[in-house]
Amino acid sequence: MTETFTIEKSLDIAHIRDQFPILKRTVKGKPLIYFDNAATSQKPKQVIDALVDYYSNYNANIHRGIHSLAEEATAAYEATRDEVQRFIGAASREEIIFTRGTTESINLVAFTWGRQNVKEGDEIIISEMEHHSNIVPWQILCLDKKAVLKVIPVNEKGELKMDAYEKLLGPRTKLVSLVHVSNALGTVNPVRDVIDLAHRHGAHVMIDGAQSSVHLDIDVQAMDCDFFAFSSHKVYGPTGVGVLYGKKQLLTDMSVFQGGGEMIKEVSFAGTSYNDLPYKYEAGTPNIADTIAFGTALEFIKHVGKDRIRDHENQLLEYATQRLKQIPGLRIIGEAKEKISVISFVVEGVHPQDLGILLDNRGIAVRTGHHCAQPLMDSFNIPGTTRASFAMYNTKEEIDELIIGLEKAVKLLS
Amino acid sequence: MEGKQTIQETEQEIIEEFALFDSWDDKYEYIIDMGKKLPVLAEEFKTDSNRVRGCQSTVWLATDFKDGRIYFKADSDAVIVKGLISMLIRVLSGHTPDEIIHAPLNFMGAIGMTTHLAQTRSNGLLSMVKQMKHYALAYKVKNENINQ
Repeated sequence: MTETFTIEKSLDIAHIRDQFPILKRTVKGKPLIYFDNAATSQKPKQVIDALVDYYSNYNANIHRGIHSLAEEATAAYEATRDEVQRFIGAASREEIIFTRGTTESINLVAFTWGRQNVKEGDEIIISEMEHHSNIVPWQILCLDKKAVLKVIPVNEKGELKMDAYEKLLGPRTKLVSLVHVSNALGTVNPVRDVIDLAHRHGAHVMIDGAQSSVHLDIDVQAMDCDFFAFSSHKVYGPTGVGVLYGKKQLLTDMSVFQGGGEMIKEVSFAGTSYNDLPYKYEAGTPNIADTIAFGTALEFIKHVGKDRIRDHENQLLEYATQRLKQIPGLRIIGEAKEKISVISFVVEGVHPQDLGILLDNRGIAVRTGHHCAQPLMDSFNIPGTTRASFAMYNTKEEIDELIIGLEKAVKLLS
Repeated sequence: MEGKQTIQETEQEIIEEFALFDSWDDKYEYIIDMGKKLPVLAEEFKTDSNRVRGCQSTVWLATDFKDGRIYFKADSDAVIVKGLISMLIRVLSGHTPDEIIHAPLNFMGAIGMTTHLAQTRSNGLLSMVKQMKHYALAYKVKNENINQ
């Protein structure tokens, strides 16, 4: 980490944009406008440099080596764990498990804690607005254990129906697994209330923070969730690394996930003893380079200032919402009171895929389709939406370009 | 069907049409126009067995086999895909199974539309091309069995 980040008091967008090399490229002859941040964010130069620096200067396998390179690599890798601990307010570094991403984190809990604790007839509660990653692992578990998967419905604004949730909770509820922020709608769920209610019924709670961690201040202790998962690549870090947070006692009691190197204490053919937390869940050589650069990304966010980023993104959301509403036939899907900078919409008589293609033709990257949330799309009775999601480097001028592109596309298509 | 042009000739014709456009906007405008002009597929053909599923758009593909030649008709819920389909139908429809099986279909690349045939899950067009060739193969096998 040789570079220092110097950012003005208020967010200096030109300066921030300078640090994201990809924003200088063109697409179809037009400057790239990247509005697909909820799928993955772009990477600042510091993150890219951290990857190059690792492979150029201290690439080594970690934890077991006695030589200098291994020591340096281990220190950098473990520094990310400390950075993550601070980023989400965990009580200890042992509670931070590195995974491949949010999906693997959820699967880890389903395959370890779930297998151990969920019995026939037990109930798991998810919501209608879950990403497929927070549906399928629980379906697999329920099928395996003859357990029951229950679903909290969503109202027409895209908010959880809390009264229906309360009715779903019961003596057989073992786990509530809920998305913190909806990737398709931008809805911020009232996780504190959800967790309190679940705990009163003796159920544990897993929070899918894939979308929330980049926008909201996360404090897992204040939230009191039992598990929390998020991915590096949505917080300006590299792909291929993510986090599972779990309360220490739960992680201690849970069985192991995958077996192999790193996760063992001693191995003999008569039996194997497992390593301590957090290594117990990190079998095999981990994704060292990406984990180190993930730490750089978190440091980058800290220096820019999460509150300043959020202010800026909220301004963009408000501006985009107001401009989009003026387009005839356009309907915003997801108008929750609490939202982050994700805006999903449909246009009467126009297929989202056609919009996506024509916007790409103007250098504008949006996401179209069901956003891996098919049950949610079904509940709104639509096959999919067009989604624009904003990050720290986006501008109002880019939103103006989106509006121009949309108006032209709609005219052409209808 | 004497005088009918070959698949390669139709492909060349399309490539020349697209050479007239300076901008991507114009190309897409033309494709959208073709999509809108594609004859509507009767509801009776929009069955599950005629459905070629993509992640985002849906395509229906129906065939007729007459005098050793295959005739395609199709529809989609997305208009750009429909325009691309209309070109595929123009190129392939009315040809023999053998001609269709061996059709190079280079024109998609030549007019800059390869992205729509890429291995993404975004649309059903690639599945549609495969499906057209599968039909040709099936008719060829069926025909050979009858003639034996």
